[in-house]
Parts: sequence; C-alpha cells; structure tokens
Amino acid sequence: MALISDVPRDFGAFLKPGAGGGSSLDLLVPDVRCAGCMGKVERAVQALPGVTGARVNLSQKRLTVAFRPGAGDPAAVVEALERLGYPSTPFDPEQARAAYDREGRALILAMAVAGFGVMNTMMFSVPIWAGLFGQELGPASRTLMMWFSGIVGAPCALYAGMPFFRSAWRSLRARRANMDVPISIGVLLTLAISFSETVLRGRDVYFDAAVSLLFLLLIGRWLEHRLRARASSAAADLLALQAPTATLVGAADALTAVPVGQVRIGDILLVRPGERLPVDAEIATGSSELDNSLLTGETAPVAVAAGQLCRAGALNLSGTLRVRAVARSEDSALAAIARLVELGAQSKSRYVRLADRAAAIYVPVVHTVALMTFVGGWGLGLDAREALIRAVAVLIVTCPCALGLAAPAVQITASARLFRRGVLVKSGAALERLAEVDHVVFDKTGVLTLGRPRLKPTAHAALVMAAPLARASRHPLARALAEEAGDGPLAEDVREISGQGVEGVVDGRRCRLGKAAFLGVESHGSETELWFGYDGDTRFRFAFADTLRSDAADVVAALHARGLSVQILSGDVEAPVSRAAAAAGVADWSAACTPQDKAAVVDALAAQGRKVLMVGDGLNDAGALAKAHAAMAPGSALEASQNAADLVFSGDDLGPIVDAIDVARSARARALENFGLAALYNLIAAPAAMLGLVNPFVAAIAMSGSSLVVTLNALRTGARR
Amino acid sequence: MNIVIFLAPFSLGLGLMALAAFWWTLRDGQYEDPAGDAARILVPDPEDRPAA
Repeated sequence: MALISDVPRDFGAFLKPGAGGGSSLDLLVPDVRCAGCMGKVERAVQALPGVTGARVNLSQKRLTVAFRPGAGDPAAVVEALERLGYPSTPFDPEQARAAYDREGRALILAMAVAGFGVMNTMMFSVPIWAGLFGQELGPASRTLMMWFSGIVGAPCALYAGMPFFRSAWRSLRARRANMDVPISIGVLLTLAISFSETVLRGRDVYFDAAVSLLFLLLIGRWLEHRLRARASSAAADLLALQAPTATLVGAADALTAVPVGQVRIGDILLVRPGERLPVDAEIATGSSELDNSLLTGETAPVAVAAGQLCRAGALNLSGTLRVRAVARSEDSALAAIARLVELGAQSKSRYVRLADRAAAIYVPVVHTVALMTFVGGWGLGLDAREALIRAVAVLIVTCPCALGLAAPAVQITASARLFRRGVLVKSGAALERLAEVDHVVFDKTGVLTLGRPRLKPTAHAALVMAAPLARASRHPLARALAEEAGDGPLAEDVREISGQGVEGVVDGRRCRLGKAAFLGVESHGSETELWFGYDGDTRFRFAFADTLRSDAADVVAALHARGLSVQILSGDVEAPVSRAAAAAGVADWSAACTPQDKAAVVDALAAQGRKVLMVGDGLNDAGALAKAHAAMAPGSALEASQNAADLVFSGDDLGPIVDAIDVARSARARALENFGLAALYNLIAAPAAMLGLVNPFVAAIAMSGSSLVVTLNALRTGARR
Repeated sequence: MNIVIFLAPFSLGLGLMALAAFWWTLRDGQYEDPAGDAARILVPDPEDRPAA
C-alpha cells in the first residue's frame, strides 16, 4: 500500500492568498476531538518549514495553516497529519468563505440591541408601573420617565425589528401575509401610539412591551437560524469528505490534486483502490473491479479493463486505474438523477409548516379582533383615543410567542436530542414531515444491509490458513476475511497483483489469495468469492455476502408496532432481495427497480394519500428520496443522496430511524400543545384587553409568562419516557 | 428628583458600554470556536500560542 500514497500530491489549487503576501490553507480534520489532539496537531504543523501559524477550530474541526510568502508545501501538512493519525481533506476556498455566517451575526447583534433596550426601558418602566398602583410619582416625573423610555426603546425596537420589517415587506410585496406582518404592524403601531400618549401626557405607553416582544421573537429566530446553520455546515463537511479531489495526471506523470469541479473532458485521472470515480470516465490503462452498489444497488463487483466506460460514484476495489474523463462533474451520470432530485425538492418546498398554518388562522383572527375593538369601542361611546389604545393592547397581549419562539425551541430541542443519537436533522420542516409518515420504503443495499461483503460461514481451518495473507491486503474482500479471523500473524514477502489477488509466504510456503483465475481454478456460481491455496496444494473457496444490519428485523418490527407499513424497493436482483426481505420480516418487496421505478412507486403512494418515508443511500434512490414526504439516508450514502435526504443517520444500526420518528412525533405533540396553550391564553387575555383591563404592567407580565410556559413545554420534547 | 437627569444618562451610558463590548467580542470572532477555546486552557505552553 505504501507504493501509491508515497507519490507526492500537489494541493496548490486549495491555497488562498493570506495576509502579508503569504498564503493559507483550510483543512477539514474530522478526528480532532480533544485538547490533546488540538495541541498535538498545532505543534506538529507549526514545526514544518514555511509554516507561520496553525490554528485548530475545534468546534468546526477545521485547521487553518498560514504559510510564509513563496514557501510552504500543503502536501507536507497533509502528510504530517496523516503520520499523526489525523486524516485530513483540503477545503475548497469557495466553501470556506461561504461558511462565514453573516446572517447569524446580524441576528445576534439585533438580539443584543433588543436585550439592551429591554433592560434599559424596564429601568424607566418600573417607576411608571409603581405610579399605576398609587405610589407617589407626580405627572411631570411620569412624563419624564415616559420620554426616557421612548428615547431608549424606540430606536432599539426599530433596529431590532429590521429582520421582521424586511421579511414582512417581502411577503407583502408577494401578496402573502406571513407571521412577520402582524409582528411588524403591532410593533410600529405600538411605538406610534406610545409616542402620541407621551406627548398627550396619557397613561399607557408600551415601549418596553414592543422591545421585549422583539427580544423574545429574536431568540426564536436565532435558534432556528442555528439549527439550519449547523445542519448546512455538517452537510458541507460531508461534501468535502466525500468528493474531495480528483488526482490529475500531468506531463511527466506529475500528480496534482484538483477540485472535482475543475476536471475537464479528456483529462487523465488516477483512481487508486478505495477511491471513487470523480466523473464519468473511460479506463485508459489498468484493470480492476468496481463496486457499483451505490449507483445501482447491485452488490456483486464488476470487473473492468482498458477501454470500458464507468460511471462517477463507482468505487474502485482492487487495481490502480488511469482513466480519461468523458464528462465534467456536472454532466456526469449524476445529472439525470440531480434533475429528479430538483423536481422532488420543488414538491417539498410546497409543504406548509405547522407554525405557518397556525399563522394563517392566527393573523386574520387577531387583526379582526383588534379592529373590532377599535370600531366597536368607538361605536359604543368610548373616545377614539381610548378605543385605539385598547386595540393596541389587544395586539400586544396576543403576541405570537408560541409561534415565533416555542416552535423553534421545540425543533432545536428535538434536533439536539437526535444529534446526540447520531441523527443529523437538516430543517425543522423535515421533522414535521417525518412526524406525519405512515409508510416506510427501504432500499436494500447499504440500508437494510451493511453494504459491504461479509464472509459466509466457512471451515475454521481454511480461515486460519488464509488469514495471514488476507491481513496484508487492502482489498475489501480480504479485509472482510481478516476481520472474521481476528488478530494474528502476517504473511511475509507479500506482493499485491492488481486486479488479481495477493501472493506471499506463510510458514515458509508460497501461497496465493485472489480470483479463481489467479489460482488456476474454475469459478463456482455467481456468488462473490475468493480463493486461497498453497503452491501445488488444495484450493479453498470463501464465499461472501452482504449481510443484514444486526437490528434490521427489530427495526421493522418496531415500525410495524408504531402503525407504519414497510416496503423494500431494491435495484439488486431477485434472489438476494427476497432473502433480505424474509430475514427482515418484510412481506412487500420488489427487485430490479430502476431509479425511475423507485420514484414512480413513491409518487403512486403519494397519489393514494400515503405519507412515505424513504430510506436510501444510493444514487438510484436519490430521486425517490427527493420525492418522498420525508427522507433519511445513512452517513455512508453518496453525497447526492445525503443532499436529497432530510435526515442523515450514522453508525451501523438502523435504530436511529425509529428514534427519529419517535422524537419527531413528540415534537409535533409539543408544538400542538403549545398552540393550544397560546390559544387558551389569548382567549383570556384578548377579552381582558378589549375591556380595557390591561395596562402596560399586566401586558408585560402576561407576555413573558406565556412565553416562559410555551418554552418550558418545548424543552420536554423527545425526553425518554 | 433632579438627580435623575444625571443618573439616567449615566446608567444608559453603562448599558451602551456593555453593548459596545459585546459588539467588539462579536467582531473579534470570540464566538467562532467555543469548544476550542474551552479546551485550549488544557494545552501546555500557552505562551507558544499560535498566532494564525
């Protein structure tokens, strides 16, 4: 294995200009987890020639290396990290820049200003409230306090309200009304009335209420933003890890690592064993076996030789290949599937979220009630000013905190709980859709099964004989054999013959492990197999199969217990699919499905009114993933599938699927409870405001009280019963 | 009561200072890597702290 990775690679394409004429490099180092790793990595990299600084960002698992002008070798950094046991991937400078979170900072700053406004207007509100209860505060002092309150509160409210005003304006221009419209109208109207009351030396000013409403809503807004930002940065990490670079073979066999997007048609690329084909390509030299399981769902490796076309995403198993690119990455076989994904994403974006559905009822009701208060109050003999103040009080006390704060709080609690169980949630809407699911469609290869070969039961003696040779090889079949045999001695004088097998000396005897032809025997049947034999002695056969994940049957049973029906759609041939279906306890299965078939089945189910959860990993699933009501993909899935999925789960178990459904259902229940609580509160508060029983003090208490209740209720989401 | 004329702006000034300080920490990138900053106190030789 040393043969290949010792060839130096050039990561020049990933350098970006840094301060003072130098350059810098961003690397993703996923294994840095603790203070010890961080110190070790930084010290090792700083000791390299040409490096002026190295700093690890532990939260994002990134390393930024600064180089002296004209010096520095990125490849040396990657190698040094590899020697320490930290594999790393260079980050595209474009992606690194996109990580800069402008929107998040604007929200935090708005929140800080609102926080400042709340604290400081309250300072003036407390004497005013004391005055309401007959404490001594002369009219002149009260007006002074009101002026202070307005001078501090109004600019803060205007600044902190900008995110809401902008969004309300956008939605009004599109002739729709979102939640931000009543918020903006409420805040602006409250500010205007409060100023006029101050000038007219009136009783009720609501500057503090306007700012604290914005403060609470901004907390909700920021939580929601963080949820999205974390999911998208995790997605960017996966992207960087999965399709990192293509190795370009230049003049005089110089190897250059380039971002996949820069590969042009006709470029010669080097694909080592264990790497995926970056683009559709024709094999120029070399022979090997390709694993197409993520592309088609077939488990058996396909032998390829010079002149053959192979598709992007196929995993090279045994020999080093030189291939000629026949398509750019955006035109590769992926493109057709990307179109399916796009279609599905459009149908998903039409999904109306719970909070928005609630807002669609809430907004007209509240505005009608406020308007009725004004018109009715005026008509019933109140003067216009008093009627308007009561209408504003209605707008204030019916603040939509349950929608603006509690809904994001439910989602962030749910996604944090799932994150700890190894499930990444991409959006709050995804959780809501997952809670509604009533039918689950599984892909077989890589989802119900592990997606990698496992040795079938074999004679122990044969296993012990072949193991020393298997341990010396990197071929996945040999790895599976070695894993079964456990630790033990290694063969000597090992030579790996690309696309054939390995040869070495065990106990002083020459032996071979590899394809049937490599050992000079006839292959048996269609199973994936490996042969072993000493020179001129008996040959042993090892058969491999893709085994079911250990908890597959349990998970299917758990899904049935929750009232969900289960179905398997696989691109693999009939025999293995029926075996896997029987073992997992699924009666409803189809084999040999094309990607279009899978998407069509999901469509047909949706047309019958079923809400489908699709669980798939391959490119052949991407279309179905995008079309399904909700979609999950394992962390081992291809990038396109992970992009199409709403949730990504990691690990060798399927248990997270059940966890995710449970948490999503719990989140939905909490959200509905919160809307119920909010409705109850409004049923009491709104009539009180209409009758003029609400003053600024009562409004402040009621508003923060109701926000606290719905937020505490949100925190119960997904707690283990 | 006249003291309010002096005290209110004074306390507002203190509040504004806190706001400005927060704004500075935000600009300074002090919230970029909370996990790393917490772990860094455990790394030996803080005087060799990298400058990048």
